[in-house]
Amino acid sequence: MTALAPREASRARTASTAGATLQAEWTKARTAPGTFWLLLAGAGLTVALGLLADAATRCQAAACAIDPAKTALIGVYLGQAVIVIAGVSAIGGEYGNRMILTTLTATPRRSIVLLAKAVILAGLVAVTGVVAVGGSLLAGRLILPGHGIGPARGLPPLSLGDDAVLRAAIGTVLYLVLIALLSLGTAATTRDTATATGTVLALLYLFPIIAAVAGAQAGRHVQQVGPMTAGLAIQATIGLRDLPIGPWAGLGVLAAWAAGALIAGAASLRSRDA
Amino acid sequence: MSTTTRTRPATARGLDDSFRALVRAEWTKFRTVRGWVIGMLIAALVTVVIVLLDHSSCGIVTPNGAPVGCSATIGPAGEAVTDDFYFAAQPLTGNGSLTARLTALTGQPSLGSWAKGGIIMKASTRPGSAYAAIMLTGTQGVRMQYDYTGDIAAPGKTAQAGSVSAATPLWLRLVRSGDSVTGYESADGTAWTTVGTVTLAGLPGTIQAGLFATSPGTSRITSESITGTSSSGGIAYATAVLDHVSLASSQPAGPWRGVAVGRPGPGTGFRHSGGRFAVTGSGDIAPGSPNDGGTPVERTLFGAVAGLITLIVVAVMFMTAEYRRGLLRVSLAASPRRGRLLAAKALVIGSVSFAAALAGGLASVPLGEWLLRSNGNFILPASGLTQARVIVGTAAILAIAALFALALGAIMRSTAGAITTAIVTTVLPYLLATTMVLPAGAGDWLLALTPAAGFAIQQSQTAYPQVIASYTPGNGYYPLAPWAGFAVLCGYAIAAFALALVLLRRRDA
Repeated sequence: MTALAPREASRARTASTAGATLQAEWTKARTAPGTFWLLLAGAGLTVALGLLADAATRCQAAACAIDPAKTALIGVYLGQAVIVIAGVSAIGGEYGNRMILTTLTATPRRSIVLLAKAVILAGLVAVTGVVAVGGSLLAGRLILPGHGIGPARGLPPLSLGDDAVLRAAIGTVLYLVLIALLSLGTAATTRDTATATGTVLALLYLFPIIAAVAGAQAGRHVQQVGPMTAGLAIQATIGLRDLPIGPWAGLGVLAAWAAGALIAGAASLRSRDA
Repeated sequence: MSTTTRTRPATARGLDDSFRALVRAEWTKFRTVRGWVIGMLIAALVTVVIVLLDHSSCGIVTPNGAPVGCSATIGPAGEAVTDDFYFAAQPLTGNGSLTARLTALTGQPSLGSWAKGGIIMKASTRPGSAYAAIMLTGTQGVRMQYDYTGDIAAPGKTAQAGSVSAATPLWLRLVRSGDSVTGYESADGTAWTTVGTVTLAGLPGTIQAGLFATSPGTSRITSESITGTSSSGGIAYATAVLDHVSLASSQPAGPWRGVAVGRPGPGTGFRHSGGRFAVTGSGDIAPGSPNDGGTPVERTLFGAVAGLITLIVVAVMFMTAEYRRGLLRVSLAASPRRGRLLAAKALVIGSVSFAAALAGGLASVPLGEWLLRSNGNFILPASGLTQARVIVGTAAILAIAALFALALGAIMRSTAGAITTAIVTTVLPYLLATTMVLPAGAGDWLLALTPAAGFAIQQSQTAYPQVIASYTPGNGYYPLAPWAGFAVLCGYAIAAFALALVLLRRRDA
């Protein structure tokens, strides 16, 4: 492959480059030590925190406004942190050990490298998310009705047959994928694992803190723009009118953050020396 | 720097020369990386920035547009208290005693657990003045309470509200002698049991002695949600019926006068006929609680957790940067004793983190208090020692959490992994528990078991068993005592350092 691909290179060639890059990124992800264990830990921690919340939540009052889906899926607050590691390491690791030089020599079209990384990462995290959400919902379904949180109190059953629960389940998987992409884009922008990890975790965890101090009105706006506070609106199955932002609109806010980070990452990759 | 290993034992004077040189080397590494220094500045600044975003307000705006802020009754020790009750009283000059026979304690709409009725001696009728009282409670038996925070249960098996009647009455007596007041109870008015003797410093010569009743409001949880519980509360009344009232004093007894202390609510008062008194009151005589709407001082340090994220990033990088491009080999060639290298790093990052966090705290507390007060909030009083513990303690937990992160960096050697582990074990549990994402029970577990337990050092107000209130992390009440929580965090840091030391010695650089 020549270092300077002519602008008028054929579509077929671009496609084969993309295919080969995708293959290369898949091989890297597959063979990197710890990828499997990291993703397994992400799913495991999600289910574990969900179990803790299921076990600790009880509803004695007649009017019970505890959202069963949200309670069962609360582990995402923790599990997403592991997904952040996976997302940041997907490119941050290459900057750490200078592998990025080899990668960019093999695929000089830098946006394609980032795109290929994004596709592989999204696929892996989606699988992780399905496992995490499936396990969490199963645990919630087994525990929560016994604690007074279930159809007996007029709450939606934790079944994928329920439209709202299905939306929460699919949305949570998408949420984790978008968190991974936000992390990847941030790492490509900062080119430093530590800064990227700190930045993404601060973006996720600081908005609720600011919202808590900002008062009711301003706090609502803060929750509408925060990637986690807006994105997790997708988990709500009851009290939708009281949400700071609608479920899909909230996930859209997170998608905008992820897209912004990826575009910034692509721009950074193209414009700077590796 | 000399690489000969000297075996001179560390003297009691502390640091020897080679360790001093090592610390200087680590300090040079730290201060010459611009990003790390900026990170520390951000950590200090972000605490202040978050307190500036605090827009919580309290109080009402009067019809003519003038805002009236919240306030609180202040007790004899300078703390916020509740002091609302009704009593039939008369002055008592000098030493003396008050005895009465209680024949019923009832409540409307129901008798609350801490509804109370009995006899009281109080410095004045001003809310918040010193007092001692002996009483029957709704479900907590006979108790002697004094100066709001003091609560002594009568020894042995005592009378209960349900079993007290004209046939099985409860005799109560308070005896004043100088500054001390002793409470007695009896089933028959002849054989008296001492419940307690308390000293009320500076009790004036003439005090008010009387028969009182009060009851905290009912609170029934009507709805629970993940963001909290909503309860419908209502005003509740307690009525105490007493007879055989005798005031023994050097002065002739005067008429009984009804006095409403604080805001005992509408419909309170007393009836007196043929030596029989029925006193009805509402409210509580108790320490302040989160129900009262005051703001604890640590609210101004809420931003510290944001600074912690930055401190963790810098602390982890300070360690893991050694593993990149083989810097550690150079460091270890210069200082072959690996434990000392780790100690020097800890000393540098711990001191710098503490200084940054303390600077942030010292700036945000006065700034936050001023901002909160100007929005009508009432800052709950705390002693100087408590405030110092809150501010310095917050800087200390941030520094120790940074050391924990440094050790995690040495253990995991992965920057992203160590930063994430440190943040999800310190910041996330605090966030989940205080912003009410988790139900209170689960939040309490997290704040007792994880390194985030250290945040307990920030608690400036005390939880009292004699008040039913929502003592939750969100309201600033932690499951562990301040220093116990601090010890949990220190335990994690020490364990992480021990593991880091073992691994650093065993592994190749």
